[in-house]
Amino acid sequence: MKDKKHILWKLFVSTLYLSTFTFGGGYVIVTLMKNKFVDELGWIEEKEMLDMVAIAQSSPGPIAVNGAIVIGYKLCGIIGAGAAVLGAVIPPFVILTLISGVYEVMKDNQIVSAMLLGMQSGVAAVIASVVYDMGKAELKSKSVLSCLIMLGAFLANYVWNVNVVYIILLCAALGVIRTLWTGRKEGRK
Amino acid sequence: MIYLQLFLSFLQIGAFSFGGGYAAMPLIQQQVVGLHHWMTVGEFTDLITISQMTPGPIAINAATFVGTQIAGLPGALAATAGCVLPSCILVTLLAKLYFKYRNLKMMQGVLGSLRPAVVSMIATAGLSILIAAVWISGTPSLGFDGVRIRSAVYFAAGFLLLRKTKLNPVWVMVLCGAVEVLFQFILKAAGQL
Repeated sequence: MKDKKHILWKLFVSTLYLSTFTFGGGYVIVTLMKNKFVDELGWIEEKEMLDMVAIAQSSPGPIAVNGAIVIGYKLCGIIGAGAAVLGAVIPPFVILTLISGVYEVMKDNQIVSAMLLGMQSGVAAVIASVVYDMGKAELKSKSVLSCLIMLGAFLANYVWNVNVVYIILLCAALGVIRTLWTGRKEGRK
Repeated sequence: MIYLQLFLSFLQIGAFSFGGGYAAMPLIQQQVVGLHHWMTVGEFTDLITISQMTPGPIAINAATFVGTQIAGLPGALAATAGCVLPSCILVTLLAKLYFKYRNLKMMQGVLGSLRPAVVSMIATAGLSILIAAVWISGTPSLGFDGVRIRSAVYFAAGFLLLRKTKLNPVWVMVLCGAVEVLFQFILKAAGQL
């Protein structure tokens, strides 16, 4: 029991901490979560993490919140999901409540804008590093279809601006077809 | 009942904003500016600016900001609760299904096809942020005009730090920001000499 309490607490503190530093959108927190829960704590496998991102992606609502819910659920069930959501929501809630008073001062502050500009590059570097690891793992699987999906999803998402929900649905359909196809081939043997 | 209105309004935003951050923006605008007149267009633009300056999802930021402006702290709580509730229910349900059925062959096939796509989506997000940081106009172009060389250097240095040392990614981000602050400070001081 003490162990579960410990995990819950660690989960809450981790999401609280990650959410405080998530500038630049949901994928940043996903990459930070991968670093924390996969690489540092070893609570989640890398493949599982990708599945979780897909779940967070295919549900409506902020990706940061959705990601926290899946991880919380995996580690401690419903209570875990609750603790993770609280951790993810408290920082923006507190910060926005404080800032709505002093916004005018912050808006034109040079130090704030310089800090943000520099951090953008840092955020991009963090994401690039995670993509490098995950992409390498996918390429190592030596599946032609996986590589084609990776390329196709990138083109659809980045170049043609296709809604991610459609990309996810299409890839899921491809997965169904592939499973049926290989199943039939094995059946014939 | 303003609290109920705030709750229901952000419940809709939470339930229908697929695809995260930027996809939620038009929905928030429609609810907050168009339908309920809780904010003017100018205030909404300010909200987006604030969201970019602060951590956290834009939908949560909007809920807190609008709630506080309209009905104080209880309003902020009602709006934020409405915003997260759909996620809590739907994602928990999907997670439950995932952990129950992930060993099925069919589920394996589907997940196996989703994984490479997810990698690409994360890559896309990273690339967009990098381009916004390095090119002043926000669109990439050949040559060195309109390129923030410093930003490109931070990116490269940050990437190397992450690969070669096991430095915490949060520190890499903060470090990049701090160096830029220092740099602008020095440039300004040098200009005043």
